[in-house]
Amino acid sequence: MSEQSSGMRLQPLGPSGDLSDEELLKHNIFITKADDLINWARRSSVWPMTFGLACCAIEMMATGASRTDIDRFGSGPFRATPRQADLMIVAGTVTHKMAPRVKRLYDQMPEPKYVIAMGACVCRGGPYHKFGYHVVKGVDLIVPVDVYVPGCPPRPEALLEGVFRIQDKIRRERTLYYDGQRRLTRPAPNPRLEGHAGNWANGFDVEGADAPKSAGFIGWLREFLFEGHGDDHGHGHDDGHGH
Amino acid sequence: MSREPDAARARAREIALRVGNRFVEAAVLVGEAGGTTTMTVPRDHAIPILEALRVAGFDYLVDVTAHDTLKLEEPGEERFCVHWIVHAYGLDARIHVRAWVPEDDPRVETASVLWKAALWGERECYDMYGIEFDGHPDLRRILMPEDFGAFPLRKDYPLKGRGERDNFPVITRDKA
Repeated sequence: MSEQSSGMRLQPLGPSGDLSDEELLKHNIFITKADDLINWARRSSVWPMTFGLACCAIEMMATGASRTDIDRFGSGPFRATPRQADLMIVAGTVTHKMAPRVKRLYDQMPEPKYVIAMGACVCRGGPYHKFGYHVVKGVDLIVPVDVYVPGCPPRPEALLEGVFRIQDKIRRERTLYYDGQRRLTRPAPNPRLEGHAGNWANGFDVEGADAPKSAGFIGWLREFLFEGHGDDHGHGHDDGHGH
Repeated sequence: MSREPDAARARAREIALRVGNRFVEAAVLVGEAGGTTTMTVPRDHAIPILEALRVAGFDYLVDVTAHDTLKLEEPGEERFCVHWIVHAYGLDARIHVRAWVPEDDPRVETASVLWKAALWGERECYDMYGIEFDGHPDLRRILMPEDFGAFPLRKDYPLKGRGERDNFPVITRDKA
């Protein structure tokens, strides 16, 4: 062993000099754009959050099962906490009582985050659109939605297609260079959820609903941080974090 | 003990009549609706009568609910009618106790002292119809949001106009 290694001239570990692409590839090196690499990593591991609200959740589970194995596309690990999730699949009827919880969970997810509205109820209220007194008529009144997957419920293939569309969105993103196109998912203040009280009785009048401003130091801080700077794109703020 | 429905109905009817006779001043009306024996009682006597049924073996409270006669062709004595559906496993009998409740004072006594199952049923009845149950330890809304300022199963609740999609701005990625 020792004579062999001592007699051998050590090769440098990495390539040196100008090598062609083929030579580089022999050393397991390839050159790409940072955005491509980051987007490749991100879109290959879009972890959804467990979010089954109604019957659509059954189809969501079927999507994870062996026939349409969502694990093949990196979206298998359904996380039980918003802190570890990239994608919120809102699967099932969102009631008015559930709406603040949906919003709060969305706010607790780290950026970058995406939302799939799965099913007719989540897209527009579905069968409750006309006479449902308890259903939010589309989850896009609460959180921004990236992909709508209609159906009642959608087939697993449809949900899988929705995940692909999310991956397409990620593929187009720019991370390192801000060109004005970078998506910022901090939501604008929603008069519906600010304070959340009082809007039910007066027929959900948006004009009539004055978003209550928190007083004291927090209110001043909010105003200073978010409202004093007109240029700030993060003007939206929410009360979901429990300041 | 026979499990034939007719025999069970006869047993329920007999118990209903006996209990009704014990409360002469209440003028209990025993009838039948949809194959179930019914007892229409004044709301002040509802709890004593339910207690007598409980003692008589009706150990299971199936449901506490109500109905609103506002837009019915045949109006009732009052606007609301509260229903207690009680069942006796040992007797295989079921009785439907009803009490009329006026619109301007929609309250009855709680039945949760007799059956713990009444706790949630009464909360739901309050949530949907606004009927208040005196003596209920925790009468809050159970299904609707706490600040929902209406009782949605009342017949004067508007079918349209609340919570519709057009009333709100849609949150998109550009604006978010």
